[in-house]
Amino acid sequence: MYSEKVMDHFQHPRNMGEIENASGVGTVGNAKCGDIMRIYLDIDEDTKIIKDCKFKTFGCGAAVATSSMATELVIGKTIYEAMEVTNKAVMEALDGLPPVKIHCSLLAEESIHAALWDYCQKHNIEIPGLKEPKKDVHDGEEEQAE
Amino acid sequence: MSKPFIYMDNAATTKVAPQVLDAMMPYFSEIYANGSSVYQFGQTAKEAIENARAQAAALIGAKPEEIYFTGGGSESDNWAIKNAAEVYGNKGKHIITSNIEHHAVLHTCQYLEKHGFEVTYLPVDSEGRITPEQLEAAIRPDTILVSIMTANNEIGTIEPIKELGRVAHEHGVLFHTDAVQAYGHIPINVDEMNIDMLSSSGHKINGPKGIGIMYARKTVKLAPFIHGGAQERGKRAGTLNTPGIVGFGAAAQLAGEKMEERKKVLDALREHLIERVLNEIPYSRLNGARYDRLPNNAHFCFRFIEGESMLIMLDMNGVCGSSGSACTSGSLDPSHVLLAIGLPHEIAHGSLRLTLSEDITMEQIDYTVDKLKEIVARLREMSPLYEDFVKNGEKK
Repeated sequence: MYSEKVMDHFQHPRNMGEIENASGVGTVGNAKCGDIMRIYLDIDEDTKIIKDCKFKTFGCGAAVATSSMATELVIGKTIYEAMEVTNKAVMEALDGLPPVKIHCSLLAEESIHAALWDYCQKHNIEIPGLKEPKKDVHDGEEEQAE
Repeated sequence: MSKPFIYMDNAATTKVAPQVLDAMMPYFSEIYANGSSVYQFGQTAKEAIENARAQAAALIGAKPEEIYFTGGGSESDNWAIKNAAEVYGNKGKHIITSNIEHHAVLHTCQYLEKHGFEVTYLPVDSEGRITPEQLEAAIRPDTILVSIMTANNEIGTIEPIKELGRVAHEHGVLFHTDAVQAYGHIPINVDEMNIDMLSSSGHKINGPKGIGIMYARKTVKLAPFIHGGAQERGKRAGTLNTPGIVGFGAAAQLAGEKMEERKKVLDALREHLIERVLNEIPYSRLNGARYDRLPNNAHFCFRFIEGESMLIMLDMNGVCGSSGSACTSGSLDPSHVLLAIGLPHEIAHGSLRLTLSEDITMEQIDYTVDKLKEIVARLREMSPLYEDFVKNGEKK
C-alpha cells in the first residue's frame, strides 16, 4: 500500500528527535484523529538558513514518513524558501501516498509552517504567505471533556 | 537469519485445515454435479451437502433442517435482521442490539432505521459486556428482535447469551446472535442458550471463505432472501456451493472434536502472552474481560503510539497482527468497540489485536513480545505525546 520511499522513511526516519533551545517549534494535529507532528528548527540568525530540523510524530506509517521527508526538504533552505515545501512537494518526494493518507502530507506542511510561525513571532519577522497555525492540538481532548 | 512467519490474526481469517481441504477436493472436478439434479451423480453431491448440514447443526445442538447455507457471516447477519424486519415488522418496528456489534449488524440496523425502524444500541461496560437487566429495561411492546453478538470480534469478550436470550423470550421477542467469532471456538447450544437465529462463517474455523450458515429455529418465519430457484427450501436461491458447504461441515466437525483440547492450548499461550505484555511493557492495558474471553484473543492498547505503525513494524519482523486504529480502517475515528468501552481516542489509536491458533508456539509468543517491546519503545521515542508525558507527567 506504501511506496518504497515511504517504507524507507518509515523504517529509517531521518532527523527524528528534538533540538534543545530550538529557534522555532511547531506542533500540529490532534490525538483524536491519530496524528500529531512536532517540528524543531535550528535557524541561522544572520542568513535565515535552516541549519537543522528534527521531528517527533505520533501517527501511522505515512505520518512518520511525511514528517521525515519534510525535515530533509527544509534543511539548507532559508525560512522563505522553506515555504516551497508544500504537501505536494512532500508527496512527490515520497513517490505518492495512498488517497486516505494525503492528510498526513498536509500535516507535515502545517507542522513546518507552525515551527516557522513560532520563530517569526519570536523575532518579529514576516514570511509572505505564512499564516498563524490552527491551534487544534488539544481539540480532541477538549471535545471529549465536554 | 530469515524472517519468521508468525500468523496472529486468526480472528481475521484462518488457515484451511488439511482435513477440510481433503474433504472438499472431490467436489471440484469429480463430484461436480449440481446438487439439485435428479440423476444419481447429482444425488451424490446432495448427500454430501446434507451430511455437511448435519455436521454444522450438530455443533450447536440444532436440527439439520434449521441450517441454511449462505455466502458468509455478513450475509447471515443481513438475512437474520432484515428477515425479522420484513416478516415481523407488522408487529412492531423496534430492534435492540449493542454498540459493539460487527458492522454487518450495525450497518444493517442503520439501513433499517432509514426504512421506518427504531433501533436501540445498548451501551456496554468497560469490558464490553451487556447485562440482562439492561436488555430487560430496553424491551418495549413493539420490540421484534434482539441481536447481540456471542463474542466480540475485536476485544474477545463473551456476552451472557443464555441470559440475554431468556430475557428476550420472556417478552416473546426473537433472539439473534452473531456467532461468527464464537461458533466452533466455545460451546454453543441453541436450545439451552435461547437462540432463535445465529450467524457463522466457515473461514473463522479453518474452513473455506465465502461460505457461512444462518441457523433459524423452526418456529421462525423466514421470507426468501435471495429470489430464484428452490435451493435451501426456497429461501436462499442459487446453485449450492458444494465444495464450500462440504468444507464448512468438515470444519465444524473438526472444531467440535478439537474444541476442548484447543482451548487448553490457547489458554496457556494467551495467558503467557498477556502476562508478559502487561508485566514488561509500561503503559499497556488489556482490553476486554481478563478471563471470560475468546480462547484465541488478546487485545492491548499501548499509550502514546499509533496502531498502524506498530503493525508495519511487527510485519517487518514477521508477525501478522491487527489494530482497531483509524489508520487501518481508512477513517479518522478509531474502532467503535474501543470507544464503546470508554477508551479515549488517544489510547484507542494505539491498539493491537493478536489472535492465536494452536499452531503458535510458546517460543513464537516470546519472540513476538520481545519484538513488541522494542517496537513500542522505538515508537515512543518518536512520539511527541510520550515526550510531553515524560516532561510534564500526566495532564491535569
